[in-house]
Amino acid sequence: MIQFNNVSVDIRSTPILKDISFSIPETGLTSVIGPNGAGKSTLLSALTQTVPTSAGEILIDDKPIQSYEKNKLARTLSILRQDNHLTARLTVEDLVTFGRFPYHKGRPTKEDAQKIATAIEFLGLNEFQHRFLDQLSGGQRQRAFIAMVLAQDTKYVCFDEPLNNLDMKHSQSIMKQLRLACDSLNKSIIVVLHDINFAASYSDSIIAMHNGRVFEIGSPEEIMQDNILQALYDMPLHVQTINGQPLCLYYS
Amino acid sequence: MHSSALPFTATKPRLSFSSTGIRLAILCAFLLVSVTLFLTWNVKASWAFTLEYRGMKLLSLVIVGASISIATLLFQTICGNRILTPGIMGFDSMYILIQTILIFSLGSVGFSSMSPYLKWALETAVMLGCVLLLAWMLFRGTSQSLHYLILVGIIFGVLFTSLSYLFSRMLDPTQFSVLQDSMFASFGSVDPALLLISGFVFTATALFLFRIHAELDVMLLGRQSALNLGVDFSRRTLQTLFVTVVLIALSTALVGPVSFFGLLVAHLTYRLCGSYKHGIMIPFATVLGILTLVSGEFVLQHLLSFQTRLSIIIEFIGGVFFLVLIIRQGKA
Repeated sequence: MIQFNNVSVDIRSTPILKDISFSIPETGLTSVIGPNGAGKSTLLSALTQTVPTSAGEILIDDKPIQSYEKNKLARTLSILRQDNHLTARLTVEDLVTFGRFPYHKGRPTKEDAQKIATAIEFLGLNEFQHRFLDQLSGGQRQRAFIAMVLAQDTKYVCFDEPLNNLDMKHSQSIMKQLRLACDSLNKSIIVVLHDINFAASYSDSIIAMHNGRVFEIGSPEEIMQDNILQALYDMPLHVQTINGQPLCLYYS
Repeated sequence: MHSSALPFTATKPRLSFSSTGIRLAILCAFLLVSVTLFLTWNVKASWAFTLEYRGMKLLSLVIVGASISIATLLFQTICGNRILTPGIMGFDSMYILIQTILIFSLGSVGFSSMSPYLKWALETAVMLGCVLLLAWMLFRGTSQSLHYLILVGIIFGVLFTSLSYLFSRMLDPTQFSVLQDSMFASFGSVDPALLLISGFVFTATALFLFRIHAELDVMLLGRQSALNLGVDFSRRTLQTLFVTVVLIALSTALVGPVSFFGLLVAHLTYRLCGSYKHGIMIPFATVLGILTLVSGEFVLQHLLSFQTRLSIIIEFIGGVFFLVLIIRQGKA
């Protein structure tokens, strides 16, 4: 279980996260939603220790995150960021092999090779595995990076806006794969999402953030309410239930 | 994860490994030929004298070629950029400033008769000290931006160049010609003791690099991904920067400034080596760097009997190569 206990983050003395407390279970898909500037990405940065916290503590499996040795943490928690700039020209297989680095330290074993093959298979990248990343489309590239963090085989996996710049088809296939990873591999997946309808369709629980604070936590049904979402995004919108599924209509 | 999926196909990586191995072997063969030619071609004096004389020169070529190539490769890895060279941080201009001030204060006779050890130690210490000071100032905070460090380096480089101009205007013509002489790398007369010290330092850095080469590969993925994979990015960046500076200072103090040579070798390595792994790229760049210097020196001295300096030719070719590189990147 990941626990945030009264966590605050200041960047250049501007408070970005204010007194945040919540917990994320050991399995399941948790979405983080909220308007721009709500602190969603900073939340992930605090969790992966790329920004220092100014107050409170973050516990992973009841141990403070600072007490983890770096390599041990990399085998417990992984994150995929939005911008993944590469200096070298790598093939899909090379990239996924890097996902096993916390285990093999540069010398992949047979077991690593198997996990790499499984991850490539899982994301349907077999036909591309020897292609260079710059020869792939945006969706295929994103899938290759997801394969890398899945090969890392951590209990907790975070994704920072994995659907950025993807069309409906690729967005849906990635959400399906995350859902599958969650169900068949027993992982706890934390996803920052902008499309709340995707969040509602695929998540077990939703954390709504607003202005550096946790605005509301609950199941998709609990969050997908007119009054909550209107206050969260500060705009008129409507939630309708179509085929038993809550959908937010905000286009007009 | 479930391990029931298809068996791993091990053929491809093994194939690519052996082909990079073959490429490295071919390169080593070339190096061996050029070293043999360099040592044995057209011997006029006694063998003992020639071998000793050329052997010393060969050693300095080896240390400089290897240091500059490795330093450039490492610098480009930690910067995540393949156009920058360590020279951009103003090492060359700092070296020239040191020479100018020494000539200005000691005079041309004092400068020429100065102990080479003292001069070498002074140059290495000043260059290392300045970069460490800069790095310490910039890495204290939380931002830890290497690009900021480079920018400050560029600005200092300009300052040093301007100061050198100022001092060189106050030199008399004899002193000025001594200064001009020291502004280009010279592989001719290197002190054996200095070579020995440089060799030790070089071996130490090579051992360190062997220990961390796999983490350097991970750093190619960028800071965020490297952190995610459990690599202490800031620490490794600082350490690698330190190694880079040591190697640059070592070779600059030994023979003088060589800036574009590293870029040339690093890019040929990316093209020819066929691997992104530092475990292969570093040896490849080392051999390539030594090969370039030794064969260049051989051709220049024996075949062309051209009495100019190798460094001038290399800087010229390196500079043209750099322009081609920028133009091609602009098109892509």
